[in-house]
Amino acid sequence: MKRRDFLKKSIIFVSGAGLSLSALELLNPRDLLAANPEVRWAFLVDTHKCVGCGFCVKACKIENEIPLPANVTRTWVERYVITEDGEVRMDSPKGALHGFTSKKLDQNASGMLEIPDEETTQEFFVPKLCNQCDKPPCVQVCPVGATYQTNDGVVLVDRSWCIGCGYCIMGCPYGVRFFHPEHHVADKCTFCYHRITEGRKTACTQACPFGARKIGDLKDPEDPITKTVLNQRVGVLRDEYGTEPHVFYIGLNKEVR
Amino acid sequence: MVENMAQMMVHGEAWTVKDLFVLPNEYVYWSIQIVLYPYMTGLVAGAFVLSSLYHVFGVEKLREIARFALVFSFALLPVAMLPLLLHLQKPLRGVNVLVTPHFTSAISAFGIVFLTYACIVAAEIWFVYRTFIIDSINRFEAKKDRRAIESLMLMIYRILALGTRDKSPEALEKDHKAVKFLAALGIPVACFLHGYAGFIFGSVKANALWMTPLMPVIFIMSAVVSGIALCIVSYAAFMGIRRWAASRNKTVLLPDRLAGTGETTENHLRGIQSHEVKSTSRYLLLFMVLAISLELLDVIFRGYTAVKSWDILRDVIYEHDFVKIFVLQYGIGNVLPFIMLLLPGITVRRASVACLLVLFGVFMMRWNVVIGGQAFSLTFAGFMHYHLPIIPHNYETFKEGLGGTLVVFSAPFIIFYFLNMIFPAFIEEETN
Repeated sequence: MKRRDFLKKSIIFVSGAGLSLSALELLNPRDLLAANPEVRWAFLVDTHKCVGCGFCVKACKIENEIPLPANVTRTWVERYVITEDGEVRMDSPKGALHGFTSKKLDQNASGMLEIPDEETTQEFFVPKLCNQCDKPPCVQVCPVGATYQTNDGVVLVDRSWCIGCGYCIMGCPYGVRFFHPEHHVADKCTFCYHRITEGRKTACTQACPFGARKIGDLKDPEDPITKTVLNQRVGVLRDEYGTEPHVFYIGLNKEVR
Repeated sequence: MVENMAQMMVHGEAWTVKDLFVLPNEYVYWSIQIVLYPYMTGLVAGAFVLSSLYHVFGVEKLREIARFALVFSFALLPVAMLPLLLHLQKPLRGVNVLVTPHFTSAISAFGIVFLTYACIVAAEIWFVYRTFIIDSINRFEAKKDRRAIESLMLMIYRILALGTRDKSPEALEKDHKAVKFLAALGIPVACFLHGYAGFIFGSVKANALWMTPLMPVIFIMSAVVSGIALCIVSYAAFMGIRRWAASRNKTVLLPDRLAGTGETTENHLRGIQSHEVKSTSRYLLLFMVLAISLELLDVIFRGYTAVKSWDILRDVIYEHDFVKIFVLQYGIGNVLPFIMLLLPGITVRRASVACLLVLFGVFMMRWNVVIGGQAFSLTFAGFMHYHLPIIPHNYETFKEGLGGTLVVFSAPFIIFYFLNMIFPAFIEEETN
């Protein structure tokens, strides 16, 4: 082949290939998987209504296939007991999978702690779950982009791509992430993304007999959650980390961490 | 049922003991392998910096150890990556970091920085050994009846030579320039490789102990300290072994004899060993002062500013980990070897013992940072105690236990044994 022919054919090939390749687009999972970018999912917890039955934890584990005996959970309930001397004591036996069946507080290696009724000044329960932060540190630190934020605000994990380094677990200030005992990749609460995008409630919300948990859309002004967040005094957890959490709490004590 | 329960054991549960209130998902997720990761990269970076002291700054006293440090640094290099692979829950997906790097993450650039550094070290070794490679080819080719191993060596050298046979003074001058350039370029890259390991920890805002901008600098200083210490110990030990082997003619322990290195008589080796070890110890002292000052600055600053997290950090530093931090790390690992190195009339044996203690001290520093950072709950209301699995009962407790630790610790020496056959690290450079 002559040099001229070679150059000619190369130019034709490159321009042809370039033209057809330009039809391809690098897809961002964020755009691809967001069911509805006009929505911003948020969660409302009314701590006054929670009795610590643990139905939410059980429902979540069954719905999301987290083995019941495994000592990790996507959502859990904490019990706070504040005594006269100002001491704050907490426990969450098995994440409250079976509720709080004993008055004694599970202090792990320090054993069970019994506090006499007359010494306590306050006792309450606080459910916890992923805060679906607006600025999620877990997404920031994932080295391979296996965890990502959808346009409707929920942070998800791609189980087929996660390398299991645990950096996101370390990066989360709320301790909501863990390694799935069967899949061996990072796992977390997704606000039951598979359910809410179909118009259903999250498993925990549905299981709660007292309406302590609610899921809603902050971009919808008519949504009861939006109204509560706008009109009532609600708090969020650990905003000092600048994560902009989207789980709002009614009746949040300063002792809750 | 028992088997079923064992399967339900989540990662971290086997070696974590919780005390008081700890969140349900909190465990010591980053265990011994993540302690070893910065330790090993530190050794790589430190060994390289030591070799550069000679190549770039022309510290003549370090000539012999510089060559050794360079080859040893290359032997340590693959081992710096090993702990990460052993730690990953999905090690086969490790390559994803190179395929889809997510650049907001500090870990994502690891592959790129690591490979860049590997290329620099490999290139430097090639230029340092180019004349040697050509000489070896000529020597083996001249030999009539070659043994099988010698033919193999000849083949390896022919590949390594990359077609060059030029030994003219101009070519040698170019070699020299290239080595100097690569060594100079390597220093910032080595510091970056390791400072960046410090950044991985220092940038975790959720962790009260880790989050400090001092972390990368502290890591670099302690890296140089540990790298120099390891080079001194290994150099002294290898020279000791070589002396022993030379006097008894045990060629198995002199793998580089294959390549035909020069003199290996006992008295000669003893002279070099003592000279190199003593002069390197001076540099070790300098870097130790820098490392310890920075670490103390960090602790003092935390205590003085006493932000919210200080309550729990104080408990961890002064109570739970007191022995590990103040006795093992600062006492046995820093102060004691410091005095040993400062006292006049230093011998090879004393320097080696001091360096072993320094290595232990830096290891404890990594331990106290990585494990200590996970010793308390995110709620600041409880503690987690870490127990290194000694006897493994499954693959996970093996790789994240004593077994995995020993694998990582022994790997560089095994690699070095074979590397030394091809690139004799103890060859003496002709003065030009």
